[in-house]
Amino acid sequence: MGMTIVQKILARASGKTAVKVGDVVEPRVDLAMSHENAALVLNQFQEIFQDTGREARVWDADRIAIIFDHRVPAESSKTASNQKKVREFIAKQGIRKFHDIRGDVGGICHQILPENGYVRPGAVVVGTDSHTTTHGALGAFAFGIGATEMASVWTLGNILNVEVPGTIRVNVDGEFPPHVYPKDLILHLIGLLTAEGANYKAIEFHGEAIRGMSTSGRLTLCNMTVEAGATAGIVPPDRETLRYLREVAGVKDPVELPASDPDAGYERVVDLDAAKLEPQIACPHTVDNVKPLGAVAGKKVHQIVVGSCTNGRLDDLEVAARILKGRRVAEGTRMLVFPASWRIYSDAMRLGYLSDLVDAGAVVCNPGCGPCLGIHQGALGDNETALATTNRNFKGRMGNPTAEVYLCSSAVAAASAITGVISDPREVK
Amino acid sequence: MASGKVVLKVGDDISTDIIYPGRFMATVLPTETPQFAFADDTEFNKKLKAKETAAGSFIVAGRNFGCGSSREQAVSCIKGHALTVVARDFARIFLQNAINLGLAMVICPTIEANEGDELEIAGGAVVNRASGKQFPIVPLPKARQAIIDAGGLIPYTRRLLMEREAAK
Repeated sequence: MGMTIVQKILARASGKTAVKVGDVVEPRVDLAMSHENAALVLNQFQEIFQDTGREARVWDADRIAIIFDHRVPAESSKTASNQKKVREFIAKQGIRKFHDIRGDVGGICHQILPENGYVRPGAVVVGTDSHTTTHGALGAFAFGIGATEMASVWTLGNILNVEVPGTIRVNVDGEFPPHVYPKDLILHLIGLLTAEGANYKAIEFHGEAIRGMSTSGRLTLCNMTVEAGATAGIVPPDRETLRYLREVAGVKDPVELPASDPDAGYERVVDLDAAKLEPQIACPHTVDNVKPLGAVAGKKVHQIVVGSCTNGRLDDLEVAARILKGRRVAEGTRMLVFPASWRIYSDAMRLGYLSDLVDAGAVVCNPGCGPCLGIHQGALGDNETALATTNRNFKGRMGNPTAEVYLCSSAVAAASAITGVISDPREVK
Repeated sequence: MASGKVVLKVGDDISTDIIYPGRFMATVLPTETPQFAFADDTEFNKKLKAKETAAGSFIVAGRNFGCGSSREQAVSCIKGHALTVVARDFARIFLQNAINLGLAMVICPTIEANEGDELEIAGGAVVNRASGKQFPIVPLPKARQAIIDAGGLIPYTRRLLMEREAAK
């Protein structure tokens, strides 16, 4: 039997010709990403070297990326001090893939990595963030790990005791109807698989709807595979991947396009028809509580959020701006917009999307994770309801355990901003 | 073997946002995280901080415990109160973090227990002394045994580092 793309990537990174599902390997890591939690990683890293008589040095400074995004600019002196400590460490170790709080190169880690060409097809990418699955969109095997695990990677350069995951193959054929987006597809899939349906597995995407999808959409898909418990999501790289790497990420060196063997083994195959999809909503308090929009249409919304590593890219802002241009955010509803990077912010400014949004009454904030995980801006009041293009709706997620968070595409978010209630973008006149 | 009372019972899909709410993430050190364990469950958090839960007490959970964010604070905050987690199963990153930090935990796919029940871990099973029933334990993944045996990932990595240096 042949190998899946994930098996091939892990075999190569582990110096083997072949691996089977369940094999335990110790692949070398091509890119190790952290955000503010690098403060904890470096604490654990220094502990590893304690009493060894050796200076704490990272294995390869060029394979480490650190991006400040969770609390930018710092919301407290504690965060500022953690960021300061990390900056000092970065300077000392000579880490160059560092994206500080800056209006030119800053942004959310899962946008910064792809748009700077840090992620290549076939790479092994680990990050101290569960949404590291995002980078499977470029054909990498990318997964989230904890801070201590990362300290071990910084020390050794490989990740210990990885079990080769089985793969769920998802074939998506058909064309997306108007106002239906990759976010609707991934929400639908999570509802189908459940929050634990892909635990310890990879999800591999195929089909004409995926081949015809931009890298931006693929990033949305892979980003949220972790919400079904998946170790990783992956889109086998193709011409679109190559286009993105050359035109957007500015990659000049040769790029390989690994693929699954035709006779690779899959644990499960899910066939979906994009043409049959309609706008989806993930309802409180689990991401797999997914319903067609109609089931919750009319629900009053106090805060709308467009942004995050899931849906804060240029096409998401374009959709929101197109719907809101010349209209107004409803009284009693506030709308917050967080572009995923400053590059996107700048493009959206140049293209007029930001002024369309601001003129409509939206608040455009600086790129960063924002309210997604309730630690920076945009917390919710008691018993308020939010509708967000983010990735999680767990109780307390947006900073208030009595509040409710619904998840949707940026089209649904923008259509609902006009009315102040959950609304269908297909019905915006 | 270990025995203690169930001090918290929770259902399926308990996220790390429930175990350790995001707004406390600026606090990272294992010595400081325990105060925010289950912070949004004010009653339980108060009990933890008042040290009303004896070391070795149990949290009993359903499936997919620790899903969501990779934040390690969700492990260190429980470990700081010396609690043992018995879950029907764990989310991947949480399980790995728990092994790395040496959190006491048990995978027990059929566990049935209520708050206040006395549990005992004995002979590959969790015994509920209140109901008299036994529930088999699923061993932790074999691939992780070396980390567990070393007492966590920090000592394990330190040992590998020294071995590699010696082999140079």
